[in-house]
Amino acid sequence: MDFLVNLLPSGLAHHAPALVIVIPLVAAAVAALMPNGRLGWIVAMVTASLVAFFSLVVLGLVLSDGLISYHMGGWEPPYGIELRVDALNAVVLALVGVMGLLCVIFALPSVGDEIEEGKQALFYSAFLVALAGLLGVTITGDAFNVFVFLEISSISTYTIIAMGAGKDRRALTASYNYLILGTIGATFFVIGVGFLYMATGSLNMADIGQILQEQGHNRVTQAAFAFIVVGLGLKAAMFPLHVWLPNAYAFAPNFVTAFLASTATKVAFYALIRFLFSVFHPDVAFVELSFTWVFAAVGVIAMMVASSQAIFQTDARRLLAYSSVAQVGYMMLGLGMGTAAGLSAGILHLINHAIMKGALFMALGAFALHFGVRQIRDLNGLGRTMPASAGAFTIVGLSLVGVPLTIGFTSKWYLITAALERGWWWAVAALIISSLMALAYVARMLSAIWMESPPEHHAAKPAARHAPYMVLVPMGILAFANLYFFFHADVLVGLAEAAANAVTGGH
Amino acid sequence: MWSAELSLALALTIPAVGGVFVALLGNKPNLREGATLVSAVLLAINVAYLVEIAPSEPTLVLANIAPGLQLTFKLEPLGAIFAAVASGLWIVNSLYSIGYMRGNNEKNQTRFYVCFCIAIASAMGVALSGNLLTMFLFYEVLSLSTYPLVTHKGDENAKRGGKIYLTILMGTSIGLFLPAVIATHFLAGSTDFVAGGLLALNDVQPMIAGILLIMFAFGIGKAALMPMHPWLPNAMVAPTPVSALLHAVAVVKAGVFSILKVGTYIFGPTLIAAAPSSEPLAWIAAISIVLASVVAITKDNLKARLAFSTVSQLSYVTLGVMLASPLAMLGAALQIIMHAWGKITLFMSAGAIYTATKKTEISQMRGLGKYMPWLFGAYTVGALSIIGLPPLGGAWPKLFLMQGAWDAGQAIMIVALVASSILNVAYLLPLSARGFFAPADEAKLKKQPPALVILPPVITAAGVIVLFFLIGPIRDYLEPVFMPLASAGAL
Amino acid sequence: MLDIILERFNYIPIIILMMTGLYVVIATGNLVKRLVGLSLFQTSVFLLYITIGKVFGGQPPILDGAHHGDEEGSHGAGYAAAGHGEAGGDHAAADSHAEPAADAHAGDHAAEAVEHASDYAAGADAAHHASEVLYSNPLPHVLILTAIVVGVATLAVGLALVVRIREAYGTIEDDGLNAADYNRETGGSE
Repeated sequence: MDFLVNLLPSGLAHHAPALVIVIPLVAAAVAALMPNGRLGWIVAMVTASLVAFFSLVVLGLVLSDGLISYHMGGWEPPYGIELRVDALNAVVLALVGVMGLLCVIFALPSVGDEIEEGKQALFYSAFLVALAGLLGVTITGDAFNVFVFLEISSISTYTIIAMGAGKDRRALTASYNYLILGTIGATFFVIGVGFLYMATGSLNMADIGQILQEQGHNRVTQAAFAFIVVGLGLKAAMFPLHVWLPNAYAFAPNFVTAFLASTATKVAFYALIRFLFSVFHPDVAFVELSFTWVFAAVGVIAMMVASSQAIFQTDARRLLAYSSVAQVGYMMLGLGMGTAAGLSAGILHLINHAIMKGALFMALGAFALHFGVRQIRDLNGLGRTMPASAGAFTIVGLSLVGVPLTIGFTSKWYLITAALERGWWWAVAALIISSLMALAYVARMLSAIWMESPPEHHAAKPAARHAPYMVLVPMGILAFANLYFFFHADVLVGLAEAAANAVTGGH
Repeated sequence: MWSAELSLALALTIPAVGGVFVALLGNKPNLREGATLVSAVLLAINVAYLVEIAPSEPTLVLANIAPGLQLTFKLEPLGAIFAAVASGLWIVNSLYSIGYMRGNNEKNQTRFYVCFCIAIASAMGVALSGNLLTMFLFYEVLSLSTYPLVTHKGDENAKRGGKIYLTILMGTSIGLFLPAVIATHFLAGSTDFVAGGLLALNDVQPMIAGILLIMFAFGIGKAALMPMHPWLPNAMVAPTPVSALLHAVAVVKAGVFSILKVGTYIFGPTLIAAAPSSEPLAWIAAISIVLASVVAITKDNLKARLAFSTVSQLSYVTLGVMLASPLAMLGAALQIIMHAWGKITLFMSAGAIYTATKKTEISQMRGLGKYMPWLFGAYTVGALSIIGLPPLGGAWPKLFLMQGAWDAGQAIMIVALVASSILNVAYLLPLSARGFFAPADEAKLKKQPPALVILPPVITAAGVIVLFFLIGPIRDYLEPVFMPLASAGAL
Repeated sequence: MLDIILERFNYIPIIILMMTGLYVVIATGNLVKRLVGLSLFQTSVFLLYITIGKVFGGQPPILDGAHHGDEEGSHGAGYAAAGHGEAGGDHAAADSHAEPAADAHAGDHAAEAVEHASDYAAGADAAHHASEVLYSNPLPHVLILTAIVVGVATLAVGLALVVRIREAYGTIEDDGLNAADYNRETGGSE
């Protein structure tokens, strides 16, 4: 990443943290003014490239120089808003940036197919606001700012999910339900922040952490903890606060689902880690209890229940959505172990899962583009009619199960090893059982693709031998990444460990 | 230029590259078949070299995945033997496949040959693996690459059979084998195969070793230890060349070979003997041996009968490992060799009979021996080897296993082995008897089977006889693996 | 017991509003009413922040007369304008209000003693003045302005969704919507 940093004049590199948020916000306004979808997409594409670039620059700076503290407008924290980047959020930032770019490449044909022409520019505009919001949550060091950016991203997310109504009106009710639940969650979060402010007088997260360490905890801070965990947990689709996710993912436009699946829950999970470790210290009694009794427990229940729900779905995207809830359970389990190894395994799974789910939803998007795939039985025979996309789907599906040669195997290995180190045999058993369930639901989809013959009307579309390149390229990149990072696991494992050490070792 | 490492790498790349060529030459059938044969011959030559250099135990690092996780190859006598069996029989089986696939006008032949190449490559990977992680990886690739072969026919039966096949194999490997591998890594810090047993050297408690032993025994589903065996009879929906090579040689042998290698190099005989679960597992193996043979007698479909026979014969190896005395484990290794040659003869014969007459049930095969004397002769030789009569190769494993059972103080197992021989007679010889001595019902012979379908079983039958006399060199070759362990261990 | 309640009387309406709002959200079957309940719930949070931020006897937080006061004041205004420009156009109600509000919160440094806070929150220069005069705390109000704006935006999007739902389904009652979706799931599919 150093060469990226060297590309920039040093002044610009210094402002990279702020630019990452500002560029998409400004671009959102520009995109809204665009007269047609293609120009709107170009704006989105340029923005996503710049954002990806700057987020990688930030990652490079953090890995080489350590913590970055950027004072917005020059005001000193804790009075001013601070953008505070350490290895943990640099990794998530880079992940959001890169996945955003890949999804935007995928967007042109997908959005062109699913959303009416007149609304596409506004759609891209809302997407850019969502991107800015997610990046803002990741990079800010101020607790109330987290709420602001969280809501910025959420409100625009409600909008872009609802745009799926062009194909299926259930997108509207899904978005509405997400709005209600998401707002309740965000409000809980802001209540928690309010309590923290009451107790400490500061809104800067690092500052709050320090004050709490010095003055100790009381019932106000415990209440704050509970509210914050519930609020962020809802956004992160922590069981049982996940109920908005399956419908939202199932009925949103394919591009939106691919983007959200790889970024939104990850960012909320990051925020949870940040609050648990940097604001509330993990050694505090009630926090330590929560690791085992809330996060690990919830994680295990999510893994078992959501995986079994996934097996019985008929809608292909909703199946993968339940799978996402289960995978969030894996991350929660890693978090709940309370050790650096567990947290590192959880973060590794966060990265790997983003890559996997992004690719899977893109593949489903490719199928939908040509054959309007919604149900699993619509997948019949796609191995023959769309071999490239089906091949990518197969590789990533096997990765989800945890077959060796893929990154899914690597994260399972590290999660099980971390659980063994912690001595949690029940967690190991849960991980194995949910992997078997993952095998069941992935096998359902793969057998439909490869073992069934395509319906007759598929053959009547000879031009559609493979998806357009704008779909194949990002999907191929992600599928390849699934394999590549198995052999070069040290890259991702190193990032995950650096991220985990940043929050656990720092104290 | 030529080095041990290159040879190890070639063992994997020759079949893989061969697969690529087969795929490219898909529409030129003769060139395509030529590609398979050339790959098979080259691989056999390479493996012969590997067999020669195995005592020096060269290694090759394939990939460094993460700190502490590596994919490595490490050559040692057991692996070399398995590789030799698989690669040698691949040549024979390729000749047979050509004859069978063309004789029966099967579809999708390119896919068939490509998957074969990948499957052989993964079998090589299992044979040469230097640690559990590598073995597990190639084991999974083997499962996945053989799935299209099992479901080759594409009809409802094939799909159902394939579903059971993959469910059991993937289910056991992800559910039991993988956690056992990770647990080993956790307990010992690595998963390398080490002489004397990795876990034994790390002073693992016998109780924990016992649990791991159970997980490995049932997790390695390809070894078809009851009750993880249903995939084997269900995989008989595959065309016979698949059944012959994969389910008499590569897939099932990869399974029992894995158990043997894990037993020898991860646990070590001392630890197995000390583990509380090895005796129950030995009993389960013995019950598998007898029970599968009993079921075999009830089957009229020839391939189903052979499938259950395979289940029974595979458990010989598992039994040998669980007995853990040096001769028992040597017997297990010998069983891998002898059973492969014997069983492939039987399966190829079954396929040849089908090609010639379209008959699959034994009751319909009366009197065919008169029309296909060489074929039925080969079948009889193979059957006698499985039964365990000298001067056929299959006599030796039985002998060593019985001696090994006695050494381990489990003389009761000798009863199981003897019972198995008797039952083998009951279910294998009737076909020979009926074929040669019963009057032919009608002119059932549709056509003379192509030579390429008769020749391979005859070759392997001859091989079975030759192997009987080669016991000396084979035993000397394998001795260092098992005997020093005896002196080091407390047996 | 009575003292405790009287001391914390501000929490009573907060809790009542919060529970009422949540109850409405859960209990009603009408989409618009649900949004109303959500707004009630959010209003309770506003009250929470404002009431805890009350400084009894506090002056408006405007430093007058001192050099420091003028400098900081102009700084604050200049920065707020720059912040506004930086934040970009007024595309969505949420972000254009959010940014300056956030920046204004940054620009504030007359941090006075808050009811339950430690005395950590004193600014360096204003400390001299603060030790003589008691200022009100503008920070909670600023936070709530932001939150109100967020609430308005949410309500706007929510109502827009309700309009679209009405167009697509013909009803805004839960029962009707669930029945329609269920028929879609089980009866005919896509």
